[in-house]
Amino acid sequence: MSTVKKNEVREPLIHLSKRTSVNPVRAWAIRIAAIVLGLIVCGLVAFLLIEKLNAHPEKIGDFYTAFIKGSFSTSRKFWKFLKNIAILLCVSLALTPAFRMRFWNIGGEGQTLVGVLGAIAVDFYLGGKIPEWLLLILMFIAALLTGAVWGVIPALFRAKWGTNETLFTLMMNYVATFLVSYFLVIWVPSGSSSLGKLKYGKLPSIGNDYLLIILIVVALAVALYIYLNYTKHGYEINVVGESVRTAQYVGINEKKVIIRTMILSGALCGLAGYLIAAGLDQTVTTESAGGQGFTGIMVAWLGKFNPLAMILTAALIQLLNQGAAQISQDFDVSGAFPNVIVGIILFFIIGSEFFINYEIHFRGHHGLAEAGKEAVK
Amino acid sequence: MNIWLNFLIDSLAFGATFMYGSTGEILTEKAGHLNLGIPGIMCMGGAGGCLILNMIGKSGLPPFLIVILGILGSLILSMLCGLIYSFLTVTLRANQNVTGLALTTFGVGLMKVIMSKLDATVYLIGPKMMYRWPFAGRQDSLQCLGVLFFLAIIIVLLSSWVLFRTRVGLQLRAVGENPATADAVGINVTRYKYMATCIGSGIAGLGGFYYIIDYMVSQEAYLSLEAFGWLSIALVIFALWRPHLTIIGSFVFGFLFSCSSYITNISWIQVTMATKPLLKMLPYVVTIIVLVISSIRNKRENQPPASLGLSYFREER
Repeated sequence: MSTVKKNEVREPLIHLSKRTSVNPVRAWAIRIAAIVLGLIVCGLVAFLLIEKLNAHPEKIGDFYTAFIKGSFSTSRKFWKFLKNIAILLCVSLALTPAFRMRFWNIGGEGQTLVGVLGAIAVDFYLGGKIPEWLLLILMFIAALLTGAVWGVIPALFRAKWGTNETLFTLMMNYVATFLVSYFLVIWVPSGSSSLGKLKYGKLPSIGNDYLLIILIVVALAVALYIYLNYTKHGYEINVVGESVRTAQYVGINEKKVIIRTMILSGALCGLAGYLIAAGLDQTVTTESAGGQGFTGIMVAWLGKFNPLAMILTAALIQLLNQGAAQISQDFDVSGAFPNVIVGIILFFIIGSEFFINYEIHFRGHHGLAEAGKEAVK
Repeated sequence: MNIWLNFLIDSLAFGATFMYGSTGEILTEKAGHLNLGIPGIMCMGGAGGCLILNMIGKSGLPPFLIVILGILGSLILSMLCGLIYSFLTVTLRANQNVTGLALTTFGVGLMKVIMSKLDATVYLIGPKMMYRWPFAGRQDSLQCLGVLFFLAIIIVLLSSWVLFRTRVGLQLRAVGENPATADAVGINVTRYKYMATCIGSGIAGLGGFYYIIDYMVSQEAYLSLEAFGWLSIALVIFALWRPHLTIIGSFVFGFLFSCSSYITNISWIQVTMATKPLLKMLPYVVTIIVLVISSIRNKRENQPPASLGLSYFREER
């Protein structure tokens, strides 16, 4: 073509490159800046959505203090805050081994729900007929088993035929939901489709109703951290996640790892279901998992699949949730408002990862060309 | 009209919700982006349309203008959501699953907040007859087939034609299969990804609008919308990533969903209450079976786009 310019290189305005190392201080500064920016945007959105705030702009202070008030103003709220963190963390911990091997298990919701269903089924049929301690153990086994089955089905197909696990696990969530409504119709013949609180099968309360749950989940977080970082299984999971070909080359049977890890992941989701069933609700509804299977994915990802960091991210999400719930109570908006707040903050945190992992060079300023010249010198 | 014909038309009308949703999702997935934000986007599309109708519903504008403005409102909000998604996943290369789930959380929440403030007598009662234009006066199921239903069919066929019969479609598919190769032959990968995601989101958003304003026509309709967003994503698999097959797929899904309410009228089938949830479970089970079979047969044209779910960074090897 005649329009080719002579030796003239058109340099793009913005040039990106991946950072080779991540400075943790810088990374946290960027994340905190992102959250602050997100909170400012939340305030702007609130002005648009909340009439009470729009009419009295001076109440914006109340808007932000509600985030603290929602979780810390009374000891009841504080314990509820800790309990919510524990349950959410349990689900995200369960998903972590799968994510570490790049198995996109977005079926945590369903695996948790069948866990609840399994535990409650045992409770429903055997409650009162056998000693309470035996009932609790059987419920535990049932929850873990059903969760594991729900998790391993997609894994088997993925290992054997490479069936897309994201879509498969997503579908399993809805099969689980309708399975629950099926059993509710059978168990509650009156047609009210609400089971009500069962009398038996409640975890003992040690000091506080929620303390046992919290301790179990903390122990799980530590155990999972050790399992993933210091055992052979954990190492195999990481290798399969990094590169299936490397795994095959060094003689890791990646199919076995996928199946084994998904049994673990599903069983741990079942454990979350057990905690919900025996520790909190003593009943099952189609909403028993309450979307935490999905929120758990975001918690795990934000915590970089590190079980200890995930404690922080789960706390952040629940802080926002309870704060925004407080706002919807104080300012008289729809109960769906917390989702808006959590969504906005998540957008900012997700976006901020880019600035942590990539370096931006502008044309002329810190141009690559100059960097290249220096390299030549 | 006899009950069977009513039932079939009802299934078809119900299915149009999924037609919009899954056609939108197919366009996005063909660009290599698994958009799990579709439920949120559909909700926002519904909210956008209703928001506009809430302003102009009683203004006495000519009906066709009200219809068009409603559709525009729906398109604008849902495409804005698509823009958020594509900015995060294309430009900032964020994880697609996480971004999509965050978008769903955000969209569903915002929709519920917005809808709880609107006045159903304004946005619903007046405009609904305008949207059911050709058959508005009829008493049978045909009245469900309105402007938005026919628009769905047109959009579906048009998308199939663009995807599989034009140069633009070919290049879009190339981007979804292997962005590095597409980039190497001079296709603007970023632009294709943005366009596909935003247009796809707009189409999906119309599905939410259709569901609220035309199919359900109830002020509680918005509460059940999210589940149908997820079903739309399921339908993409069922339709093997071909928009024209979503017509059949959405008919089947609509059939399975509405048969649980029709089946009680049929005297020779003994149904108990317990069968209803199982019938509603069927669409998902069928989807899983299709997914498994297509992966076992492993035919190349029936697979998800090869780079689905991966972000593209030119300098990565």
